[in-house]
Amino acid sequence: MSEFTAEGGHGAVPTAGVPTDEGGVPSRREWPLWEVFVRARRGLSHQHVGSLHAPDAPMALRNARDLYTRRGEGVSIWVVPAAQITASSPDEKDAFFDPAADKAYRHPTFYEIPAEVRHL
Amino acid sequence: MTSPDADGAGLAAYALALGDDALVLAQRCGEWITNAPQLEEDVALANIGLDLLGQARTLLTYAGEVDGQIDGQIDGKGRTEDDLAYLRDERSFTNVQLVELVNGDFAATMARLLAFSTYQLALYEELQHSADPTLAAIAGKAVKEVAYHRDHATSWVLRLGDGTELSHERMQAGLARVWPYVGELFDASWVAPGLIEQGVAVDVRALETGWRAYLDDVLAEATLEVPDVAQRPGGGRRGIHTEAMGYLLAEMQHIHRSHPGARW
Repeated sequence: MSEFTAEGGHGAVPTAGVPTDEGGVPSRREWPLWEVFVRARRGLSHQHVGSLHAPDAPMALRNARDLYTRRGEGVSIWVVPAAQITASSPDEKDAFFDPAADKAYRHPTFYEIPAEVRHL
Repeated sequence: MTSPDADGAGLAAYALALGDDALVLAQRCGEWITNAPQLEEDVALANIGLDLLGQARTLLTYAGEVDGQIDGQIDGKGRTEDDLAYLRDERSFTNVQLVELVNGDFAATMARLLAFSTYQLALYEELQHSADPTLAAIAGKAVKEVAYHRDHATSWVLRLGDGTELSHERMQAGLARVWPYVGELFDASWVAPGLIEQGVAVDVRALETGWRAYLDDVLAEATLEVPDVAQRPGGGRRGIHTEAMGYLLAEMQHIHRSHPGARW
């Protein structure tokens, strides 16, 4: 139904592409999916912790705060639209990852570590 | 008593009223669990409700302690938070009527949360500097929680007001529903004489201008109108409640009353 378009400055209730019932009334729709990344503390990288639904990015951030940092788990949150993530396909797993399996020389195990070098 | 200058009964009544506001709104927030538009919103409203419940617990506990130190109380022991939450009747609750109104739809719930959390944030920001150290500490802890409540409500009022024609209409209707009850928030006539002058209680009359300015900004940005509706007479601070209150208390109190001392 093309007359149902997103409107308003906040565009919070997107109606473009919303499935509509008979009679043109917008039906309840699922909000888009967002992937959530949390950094536990300074110096660490963000780790994927899960996903959630939210109507837009600021609300996704708020929902992530409620769902994934309730117990002081983080100092920083990223939310990314799940649709924007390009993932490797499970079907291509063999071609993608197996060639690395027999290339032992890629592991740093072929030289002596000097005794003076610590934290390696 | 922690603040010798304050009248004990007045201080207890003051803490109790603020605690009742938090307790009753916590109950209303809890009603949304499993009923919100999305799982994520269930969690958000549960979080807000639990924040309020935490505030209610400390305020009611404090009210009970202060009250218990007044001469003439049985055994000189105060009532516990549970006694105060579960064993008082409707006329003894002194929350504002705004918090007891039935939730209505999601827009009405957000309208109420915006009006109340904007008030409560301003209140706690002042109360942090109370001459009563316990009240100051309770408010100091709650201020960050309530800032988030206001932020959450603001986000939704903006999105629904400035969303679709339908969401705008329902947001406007939600505002009209709660607006007749906002005047009571800024009534200070029930506060015991001296408490405000001593710097223990906040003079809420001074908060209305800032409250209105914030609401005006949000509503303007959300393309919503300030409702043109008459104020209700109020009376919550004197124990006069709307018809919704009895049902709320029945649900909140019946387990404790039917099974005294029941534990998980």
